[in-house]
Amino acid sequence: MSPAEPVRALGATVLGAVRGLGRFALFVLAVLDAGARPPFRLRRLVRELYDTGVLSLLIVCVSGFAVGMVLGLQGYNTLSRFGAEESLGAVVGLSLIRELGPVLTSLLVAGRAGSAMAAEIAAMVVTEQLDGLRMMSIEPLDFVVAPKALAMVLAMPLLATLFVVFGIFGGWMVGVAVLGGDGGAYLTTLEEAVAFWEDVVGGIIKGVVFGLLVGFIATFRGFTARPTTAGVSAAATSTVVLASVATLIFDYFITALWGY
Amino acid sequence: MRESATRELWVGLFVLVGLAALAWLSFSVGGVESLRSGGLQLIATFDEIGGLKQRAQVVIGGVRVGQVKKIELSDDFRARVTLDVDDKLQLPADTSASILTAGVLGDQYIALEPGGDPETLQSGEQIQFTQSAVILERLIGKLIQNLGGNSGGSSQ
Repeated sequence: MSPAEPVRALGATVLGAVRGLGRFALFVLAVLDAGARPPFRLRRLVRELYDTGVLSLLIVCVSGFAVGMVLGLQGYNTLSRFGAEESLGAVVGLSLIRELGPVLTSLLVAGRAGSAMAAEIAAMVVTEQLDGLRMMSIEPLDFVVAPKALAMVLAMPLLATLFVVFGIFGGWMVGVAVLGGDGGAYLTTLEEAVAFWEDVVGGIIKGVVFGLLVGFIATFRGFTARPTTAGVSAAATSTVVLASVATLIFDYFITALWGY
Repeated sequence: MRESATRELWVGLFVLVGLAALAWLSFSVGGVESLRSGGLQLIATFDEIGGLKQRAQVVIGGVRVGQVKKIELSDDFRARVTLDVDDKLQLPADTSASILTAGVLGDQYIALEPGGDPETLQSGEQIQFTQSAVILERLIGKLIQNLGGNSGGSSQ
């Protein structure tokens, strides 16, 4: 083994990563191009919205409720030390709307729907269904990929909003119904602390960006999967890992840029 | 065909519920009411507003009657605060405004104290009598200074 071997391997890894990023960017452009021109696959979009949106509803709502309950409990115990229990609504609402709602929804949806999306496309690669579509001169980017990515972008902010609403309800449940805080103060401090432009719109922007990330990473990983059985599982796994890490990293930058 | 019809129904419901949640967050919790400014707009100028923020409460005798709409610096470098108050209120012209703090660490708010003038304040008018926020640090600083000065004087 020549002494230059480790250096060569390092260089190959870096070049591979940069090439992968370039392929991803070109893929995103091609999907946007295919999705922006007719025919618009509305039927396909509805079907994908059902798979990513409706089927994720239960897990998102239950998780939101549970997270709200934990926030309510932790917040109540901490705030009551300073005699500030009435600020519980503000604590629960702000942490959910700004951070926890969009981020946790994105992680959940990446695991629930993103992995399925990648595996489905990867299985179509393995069974040469995409080539079959091309033979019928149907562009797979237009017919398969674009509706899936768009459905993710549309569903994510709605799911994140539902997560937040259920979380606020969960916090109310623990802080007011169980621990006996003031229900009026919970809602008043919530309404006072949450600003429409900074908080609500910022949360929606996060939802849309996370939807783009998860949607495009899942479809890209599926579309470029190796045509083997192992390739299908690798696509699903790397989708969840990449989408989760990308969500957490982008979360920081959106928060910093939106100017909280 | 029937299967796809139920699926469409579910997707429609999903979008509807999501948008309803969004509307609740925006209008009720987020308070887009700042766009709607139907209330009485009063202007009060303070030397010091401390930690007063936009959307802080405006109360009379502890009852919430409005919120702080805008905070800006006036031409003579004082804090010019615009209050959005319930327009049903007939406030006397000599009403005074003071900035108070809820509890020791709580949020700051503006308390209005109506006077006895038969004239009433109209929208866009200035509140003449204002009392600035009490800055706890300065108060403590003064206290320490006084105590230090006294004990220093007695020991020498």
